Amino acid sequence: MKWPAMGYARAKSLAELWSALDAHGSAGQIIAGGQTLLATLAFRLSEPSTLIDITGIPELRGISVQGGALRLGALTLHADLCCDPLVKAHAPLLAAAAPLIAHPAIRNRGTIGGSLAYADPAAELPACVIALDATVITVSAKGERRVPAAAFFTDLLQTALEPQEIIAAVEFPLTKRLGAIEEIARRSGDYAMAGLAATLHLEAGRVIKPRLVYFGVGKIPVLAAAAAKALEGRSLDTASISAVQAALAEDLDPPQDLHGPPEMKRHLARVLTERVLQGFLREKVQAA
Amino acid sequence: MNEITPASIGLSREDLPNSYIGRSVPRPNVPKLVQGRATYTDDVTLPRMLHAAFLRSPHAHAKFSAIDTARAKAVPGVFRVFTGHDLAKICDPWVATLDHLKGMKSAPQYPLPLNHATWQGEPIVAVVAESRAAAEDGVAALDIEFEALAAQTDMETALAAGTVVIHPELGDNLVFTRTAESGDVAAAFAAAHKVVEARFVTGRHTGVTLEPRSIIADYNPADETLTVYHSTQAPHMMQGVFAKQLRMKEGDVRVICKDVGGSFGIKVHVYPDEVAVAAMARIMGRPVKFVADRFESFVSDIHARDHRIKGRLAVDTEGRVLAFDIDDLTGIGPYSVYPRTSAIEGNQVVNLCGGPYDFKNYRCTTTVVLQNKTPTCQYRAVGHPIATAVTEGLMDLAAEALGMDPVELRRRNLIRDDAYPYTSPPGMRFEGLSHHASLNKLLEMVPLDRIRADQAEARQRGVYRGIGFASFIELTNPSPFMYGIGGARISAQDGCTVRMDPDGSIVASSGVTEQGQGTEAILAQIVAHGVGVPVNRVKIITGDTQTTPYGGGTWACRGAGIGGEAALQSAIALKQQILEVAGAMLQAAPETLDIAMGEITDKASGKPRMTLFELGRIVYFRGDTLPKDLQRELVQTRHFITKEYPFAFTNGIQASWVEVDPATGMVKLLEHWCVEDCGRVVNPMLVDEQVRGGIVQGIGGALYEHCVYDAEGNLLTTTLADYLVPMSAEMPEIHVGHVETPTRESLLGAKGAGEAGTAGAPAAIMNAINDALKPLNARVHEQPFTPERILRALGTIA
Repeated sequence: MKWPAMGYARAKSLAELWSALDAHGSAGQIIAGGQTLLATLAFRLSEPSTLIDITGIPELRGISVQGGALRLGALTLHADLCCDPLVKAHAPLLAAAAPLIAHPAIRNRGTIGGSLAYADPAAELPACVIALDATVITVSAKGERRVPAAAFFTDLLQTALEPQEIIAAVEFPLTKRLGAIEEIARRSGDYAMAGLAATLHLEAGRVIKPRLVYFGVGKIPVLAAAAAKALEGRSLDTASISAVQAALAEDLDPPQDLHGPPEMKRHLARVLTERVLQGFLREKVQAA
Repeated sequence: MNEITPASIGLSREDLPNSYIGRSVPRPNVPKLVQGRATYTDDVTLPRMLHAAFLRSPHAHAKFSAIDTARAKAVPGVFRVFTGHDLAKICDPWVATLDHLKGMKSAPQYPLPLNHATWQGEPIVAVVAESRAAAEDGVAALDIEFEALAAQTDMETALAAGTVVIHPELGDNLVFTRTAESGDVAAAFAAAHKVVEARFVTGRHTGVTLEPRSIIADYNPADETLTVYHSTQAPHMMQGVFAKQLRMKEGDVRVICKDVGGSFGIKVHVYPDEVAVAAMARIMGRPVKFVADRFESFVSDIHARDHRIKGRLAVDTEGRVLAFDIDDLTGIGPYSVYPRTSAIEGNQVVNLCGGPYDFKNYRCTTTVVLQNKTPTCQYRAVGHPIATAVTEGLMDLAAEALGMDPVELRRRNLIRDDAYPYTSPPGMRFEGLSHHASLNKLLEMVPLDRIRADQAEARQRGVYRGIGFASFIELTNPSPFMYGIGGARISAQDGCTVRMDPDGSIVASSGVTEQGQGTEAILAQIVAHGVGVPVNRVKIITGDTQTTPYGGGTWACRGAGIGGEAALQSAIALKQQILEVAGAMLQAAPETLDIAMGEITDKASGKPRMTLFELGRIVYFRGDTLPKDLQRELVQTRHFITKEYPFAFTNGIQASWVEVDPATGMVKLLEHWCVEDCGRVVNPMLVDEQVRGGIVQGIGGALYEHCVYDAEGNLLTTTLADYLVPMSAEMPEIHVGHVETPTRESLLGAKGAGEAGTAGAPAAIMNAINDALKPLNARVHEQPFTPERILRALGTIA
C-alpha cells in the first residue's frame, strides 16, 4: 500500500515543536527514527495530516553523565547503545540488548525514545529501562515530568505520555549491579517469543533488589514481583532459581500468539529465568 | 558435414577457449541486477498510464450485491471504478480443469466475482486512478455491503455431510481424487515383518518473490492490439490466456517480460487481478499498471503444500520395502487455479511417493478439496517435498523398527544404478538415475563417523544433535504429458533463433525466460560454445512473444534441458551455415574448417583463416562477390521437445545435521549436504546456487514459513514480521556435490536442477530433528517444525 498524502514539518527546537503540535492537533504525528511509524503508515493504520520531525531538536540528543545519572537523549540510536563508552560503563545491559534489536539498518535509525513511546511489549528497551530502574524524562509545553520506568508503560502500546508530550531523555542511576538480557526468538532480529532483562546486586553472596523484567509475555513488560520476592535475600543457587521459576506463575499471564499458547510462554519464561540466573551464578563463581 | 556428437562439440573437454559448457562462466546480466540498472515491470512507465488498486474481500466467504461507487469516483485522481459485472461484459470466465485428470471439476472464475466472495483477499472491485495512492484512496471510499457466510476452512470436513459447499452448482467440495494401485498391497502388509505408520502435515506456504506480481496492460484501439508488460514465467502462455479471455486473436496480443525478480512458480499462473487489469485496459484504451504490495501478495499469490498425509510402510526381515500405502488430502482454496490446475500437486504426491526405491506394491490416493482460503497451485518442487517427507519419514521409522541404520536401509532399497530403464509402481518411467552413486558421493562428503561420535558425546552434556537423510527423485523437462494432453495451451516445446550480425556478434532469442536464476547466462554459454565465439559476443533475448520463438517459458525445471537444447541445436546449425559460407570464400571443404573464439580456423592445424567480422562484412555488404547459389542466411532456428520419456527424472540425496534445544524447542541447523544428478551440468556455479537456494526454500517450509489461518478463514500472517522467511543468519553451511547422468534424449544431456534442493530439504531436516529427539522419545511429522510443536512432542506443553 502507499502512504496517504500528508504534510511534513521539521521542528528545530522544542518551541517550534510546541507550535507545530498546536497547529496540527491530534492529526499531527511525531516522527523520529520512523522504524515503526513508516510501516504502519504504509499499512494505512493511521492517516495523520502531518508528520512532525523531531530529529533536528538538539535538546533531545546526547549521551552524558550528569547529576549522578547516565542521561540518554530520546534521539539516541539503538546503534549508539552498543558502542558508546558511557553506556558500556554505566548501563552495559543496554549495550547487551542493542544487538538483539532487529537488524543493523533498523538500529541505525531507530531511537530509544521511539521504542519507549511505541511501547511494544515484545521490545527489548522497555524491559531494559524497567530492569535498570530508569526514569523517563518527558517534556511538553507545560514543562518536564519525571516518570519512573516501571510506571511508564500502562497498557498494550500505551504509556504515561500525555497528549502533546514527548520523551526528552532517559536517566539511569549509576548503580553498580549485575545485568543480563536473554531472549528466545524464531530468527535473529525477530521480536522475542519471550525475553528477560534482569538486574540484581550480590552482597555477601545474597541477592539484593533483583529486578526481573519479562518481555513478549504480556501487554506491557512485566516486572515480576513475586519472583523478585522469592529471590530477595537468598543466595543464588538451584533452589532459589526453582523458587523464582515457581513464583512466576503469579507474575505472568501471557496471551496466546502465533508462536504458541500461554503455557508455552510461561515455560519459556522459566527457561530464561534459569539461563539468566545461572549466568549470574557462573559470573559469581568466576569472580570468586 | 561434421558429425555432431557430445564429444565432437567438446562437451567432454574444456580444452578449447570457447568450451563453455560445464564451466562456471559469470552471468552476463549480473552487473545490471546488482547496480540497480535492471528494468522490472514497475520501472516501465507508459504515456497516459493509470494505476489500479483493488478492494479485496475482508471475509473468507460472503455474498455481496450493491456496490456504491459514487464516493470512490469523487476521490481526486480517481478515473474509473470497475465491478465484476463491468468486466464480465468483455472478459469470459475460466475453469481450471485438465482432461487427463479424470473427473476433475472446478467453478468458473471471473476476473472480479459477480456476487460471491470466496476467500479473504479475493479482488472484488477495481479502482483506477492517476496514481496508486489515489487508487487506494478510492478503494477506501467504496461502499459495499458483505453478507458474511459460514466458511469452509478445515480440509478434513470438506466432504462431510452438512458442510458448507462453496460452489453449490458443483454439488460438493471435491475437486479431484485419484488412486494409483499396483501389486497386492493388502497381502504385502499382511506378510510384513514390520509395519510403520505416521500422519504427516506439510504447512501451507507461499513463494515470497522479492519483486511482487506486476503487470501493465496497454490496449491500443488504433491497431486493436494488447501489449502486456508482465512479470511472468510464461509469456507465450499468458498471450494465449489474455487473447482467449478477452475474445481477441492470439496474434493481436504481445506479452513482454522484462527483468523478473524471482518467481518460484508463483508467476506462472493466471491471477484474477491481472486479468482484470488487461480487461480494464481493453475497455479504456489506456495503459493500466498494477503491482501487488506485500499485503496483497500474501493473500493473493498462490499458496501451496497444504496437505495432510497418512502413510504406512511394510518391510520384510531384511529391511526390504514391501509396500507403501499413502492417503493424501489437500485443500486448495475455492478455485482450481488456471490453467495448470490445483490438482497437480496432489497428483504429484501420487506419482512420487516411494520414488527412489525398488518395490512392487503401492497404493496412494490423493483427495483434493475446496476451502475458503487463498487458492493453492504449483510452487517450486510441486508435490516433491511432500512425497519426499512422507517417504523418507516412513523409511526412518522403518529403520528404527528394524533396528537398522537409516543409511543401510536406504542402500538396500534404492533402485540399482544399472536397473534402468525402470518403471515405478505409479507408472513413472526413469531413463537413468544414480541413487547409489549419489549416496556413495554423499557419504564421502558427510563425516558420518565423526558426526555420530560428536552426537554421542554431546548427549552426555544434554545437547541433542541429529542427522537425517533424504533420497529423492525430481521430475524435470516435462513433455506434453504434463499439461498439453489435458487440453491446456501450455507448450512443452521450446525454440531458439540464433543469428550472426555483420560484426560477427551473435544474438540468440529463446522462448524460455529469465527470473534471476541465470537462464540467459547458460543460454549464452551454450550458444557461444555451439557457434564457437567468446561468450561476451553473445546477446540473449528472452521474454517477448513477438520476437522470440514460441515456447513454454521457464518452469518445472525445463530452462536448461529444453531451452538449452534448442539453443545448442540452433547454434550448431548456425555454425554449419557459417562454415558453408566460409568454405566458399576460402575454397575449402566446410568439414575441414572450424570456428574458435570468433575465428574461422583450419580444423586440423587450428590455424586462423578468417575472422567472423570479415565473413560478416562480405556476406552483408559484398554479397555480390559470393557464388550466386550459395545459401547465406546467417540465422537458424531449432525447436526441441522430449519424445522418448514424459519427464526427465533426476535424483539426489540430502543430509541435514541439526541441534535441537529441548528446553526451547528451537532447531539450529548445523550443516547441510546435497548430492544431486541433473545430468549435464552446464554451469556448476549456477547449479550449486540453484541447489542452495532450493534447500533454503525447503528449510523455509520445514522450519519457518507458514500461512496461518484462524477457524473463520482469516489469514493471520500477512506481513514479513509474522510470515517468517528463512534468513541468512540461520542458514547452515550447505555442501553441494554432483553425479552426472546426462539424458540421452538430447545432445546437451541436461536435466533440471532448480527444484532438487526444495524437494529433499524438509525431509532431511525432519529426520535430523527426530534423530536428535530420539533419546527423549519425541517425534515430529508436522511442518513447520516450530518450537511449539517440538515442545508439544516432548510433552513440555500440552
